[in-house]
Amino acid sequence: MPGTKEIRSKIASVKSTQKITKAMQMVATSKMRRAQERMRLARPYAQKMRNVIGHLTEANPDYRHPFLVTREPKAVGFIVISTDRGLAGALNANVFKQTLLLMREWQGKGAQVSLCIIGTKGLTFFRRLSVPILANVSHLGDRPHVKDLIGTVKVMLDAYRAGALDRLLLVNAQFVNTMTQRPAVVQLLPIEALDTEGLQEHWDYIYEPEAAYILDGLLMRYIESQVYRGAVENVASEMAARMVAMKAASDNAGKLINELQLIYNKARQAAITKELSEIVGGAAAV
Amino acid sequence: MAEAPTIHVDIVSAEGEIFSGPATMVFAPASQGELGIAPRHAPLLSLLKAGEVRVRTPDGEQHFFFVGGGALEVQPTKVTVLADTALRARDIDEAAALAAKQRAEEALRDKAGHITQAEALAELARAAAQLKVLERLRKLRG
Repeated sequence: MPGTKEIRSKIASVKSTQKITKAMQMVATSKMRRAQERMRLARPYAQKMRNVIGHLTEANPDYRHPFLVTREPKAVGFIVISTDRGLAGALNANVFKQTLLLMREWQGKGAQVSLCIIGTKGLTFFRRLSVPILANVSHLGDRPHVKDLIGTVKVMLDAYRAGALDRLLLVNAQFVNTMTQRPAVVQLLPIEALDTEGLQEHWDYIYEPEAAYILDGLLMRYIESQVYRGAVENVASEMAARMVAMKAASDNAGKLINELQLIYNKARQAAITKELSEIVGGAAAV
Repeated sequence: MAEAPTIHVDIVSAEGEIFSGPATMVFAPASQGELGIAPRHAPLLSLLKAGEVRVRTPDGEQHFFFVGGGALEVQPTKVTVLADTALRARDIDEAAALAAKQRAEEALRDKAGHITQAEALAELARAAAQLKVLERLRKLRG
């Protein structure tokens, strides 16, 4: 029976691949849920921060922090969040495409562009371009921490303070739902549109130390929390994309196994028929 | 005995909510020294340094929370602690920024010589695809 043995080993190999993709799918599902939970947990902090900053700027109209002043955009910085690992469908590719489009757009307007990359995939992609990468952090894992992002964000904030950047944008994969993740762009600096609604009464705080110093500390933390949210959302998106990709891979493997099984059965049947006809032919000759 | 007045306390960090509930007294390590906040305190905004936030709940219990720093917002009926999850100081932040810069520089320097595993895999996939095309062409001709 030529061929049947090969087909059988092929089926076994596809089956073991399917086992792996199925396991990856399940792992991604549970990790996605946890990442979504962390996204939810990060929300009250950012919201509180916005309220306080909104009130602070409202109460001190004479003081303008550099983070709140819009300048002529001559140099634009991008913080691009990508994943560390692959097998997540077109997730990273979409984020990179969006970033490239934006970069072209700003370069077309005559602005300088520089990057800050989070995640190894982004690094391997963007370092081929002749665009300066100011800072990088990778291997944040499935549970990014604010601690690991502080330095990277600080490089960009310092550049902004020094006037080397006039805009700071954050690009990451937005988690719409399990099936959809799309690249999202958020302007980090200058900070625009703070919610000052619901602040009719104009009472002021006692400041300790002075207001400008507090505002600086708050704004810095606010930006960091935004980048943290982006990183967590990116993890949720990564897991969702991987889950979907692995589900497709498992389904494809299943189809392949069915097809191979059919071919195997046919080959086996043909061999049996051939043997039978040989025996019958042999018997007739006697 | 009249019930003691309370103040609502929220302790939140960027990575999650830490505490939420009523208190009769809150102590926080403000940057200018330890602050005690009783209900109906005047609105106050302060930065915190690393230390302990103590919350005394109406049932007489004390809760301790370590914060690495952050900000404190006080309104007459509400206290919000925006806690840092990481210990921060100017030089620690500076060192972290420097490390981030160095990583980027290193990655750019590696551009020519060193190729990562990911790139090698991509290269391999490309070669395999080319081989496949060649094979198909050969079959069509032969």
